[in-house]
Amino acid sequence: MTGPLLVADDLHLAFGPTRALAGASVEVAPGEVLALLGPSGSGKSTLLHCLAGILTPDRGEVRYRGTRLDDRSDEARSRLRRNDFGFVFQFGSLVPELTALANVALPLQLTGARRRAAEEQARSWLERLGVADVAGKRPGEMSGGQGQRVAVARALIGGPRVVFADEPTGALDSLNGELVMEEFTAAARDQGSSVVLVTHETRVAAYADRSVVLRDGRLTAAPAWA
Amino acid sequence: MTGGIRGPGGRVRRARRALLTRLATRCLVTAMALPQTLLGLLEPAPRHGYDLKREYDARFGEQRPVKSAQVYATLGRLLRDGDITVVGTERVDGPDRTSYALSAEGVTHLERWLAEPEPSTAHLQSEVYVKVVLALRSGRPAEQILDAQRDAHLGVMRGLTARKRGADLPTTLACDFTLFHLEADLRWIEHTAARLHRLAEELS
Ligand SMILES: Nc1ncnc2c1ncn2[C@@H]1O[C@H](COP(=O)(O)OP(=O)(O)O)[C@@H](O)[C@H]1O
Ligand SMILES: [Mg+2]
Repeated sequence: MTGPLLVADDLHLAFGPTRALAGASVEVAPGEVLALLGPSGSGKSTLLHCLAGILTPDRGEVRYRGTRLDDRSDEARSRLRRNDFGFVFQFGSLVPELTALANVALPLQLTGARRRAAEEQARSWLERLGVADVAGKRPGEMSGGQGQRVAVARALIGGPRVVFADEPTGALDSLNGELVMEEFTAAARDQGSSVVLVTHETRVAAYADRSVVLRDGRLTAAPAWA
Repeated sequence: MTGGIRGPGGRVRRARRALLTRLATRCLVTAMALPQTLLGLLEPAPRHGYDLKREYDARFGEQRPVKSAQVYATLGRLLRDGDITVVGTERVDGPDRTSYALSAEGVTHLERWLAEPEPSTAHLQSEVYVKVVLALRSGRPAEQILDAQRDAHLGVMRGLTARKRGADLPTTLACDFTLFHLEADLRWIEHTAARLHRLAEELS
């Protein structure tokens, strides 16, 4: 496919009196790692949720592979999130009652894979991210860095076209954060998944292929005279 | 300039060489403390000038490789000042190569330099700041200056981050040094971007 994989076109969204998005437009190319940078409250998470079809904008449209997201039924949108998208959040990406292995295997089982086959693949993803040793542990028994590596494995295992990551290293110290980013972006690039990465840290954004900056609900423009 | 008019050619040549030496050393010392760095590189074992140049370039000369002439000129000065001594001359199919070693005095100077903190370059103003002020005073969109600077910094940060992929620790830490500094610059840019309206008011 040529052209962008995902497009946000002039999105507006208000929460009551708060204008979270005020004309945000952005495109994500296939296989591209794109960082959404900006200060806290600038609308990064809201834009990510709109791009992923979790929130519907008041105005403007989101197009995934050429067709509008907001035209689809809730059912179709959650199928899309299950089949085509992966998610990593700052906290709570994992099911607390399940082991790391079961957490990573879950997306494959939800799309119909047998448990044994799913767990075999999950194990190789845990290895790839350097956390095979926590396979039998629950999220509460892992360090922050281990938990985020498991969350990355879980987001990538289904071979999603797009991974949405909201401050994935926000709870980690800077060295651990960098190691997770290194492994996350390398694995995503290897399998050709696009990544939409929300962060307020420029050193984290530097792992992307491109950065755009949000301020007050819209993207900053390139200089008019340049 | 020809030697003939000013008397014996040797004297003019010597004077010219001294001038070049001064110029060469001056421009490098500002880039990276060359004399002290050479003392440090010499400490483990005696070396000759070419060897030192190669190691300097490999470890510290990324932005600006040192010129052989600068190394030899600096070694000459260190020798004169007693920081290094000549320990031998060998000929390996080519020119003579003089090996130098660190003297006790050289060790003292090296240690003094290592122990002394570098001046903290607390520039109170940067060129970006000047541009922002001038833009605001002339009614130009100062925000775009900050945006353009941010894009440029982010581009360099992406390049450095890509270089860290699979790199050894010395390279990684050298990249990190610049990454952390650019990050600090970017924080100032964000901080200023959020206060442009007030800045414009106070300037008018
Ligand atoms: N569910 C919500 N209800 C009310 N206000 C919200 C909600 N989500 C976000 N906001 C507000 O919208 C603005 C943008 O928020 P967000 O997209 O989370 O910013 P960021 O991720 O850049 O920190 C903020 O002012 C925030 O307080
Ligand atoms: Mg957020």
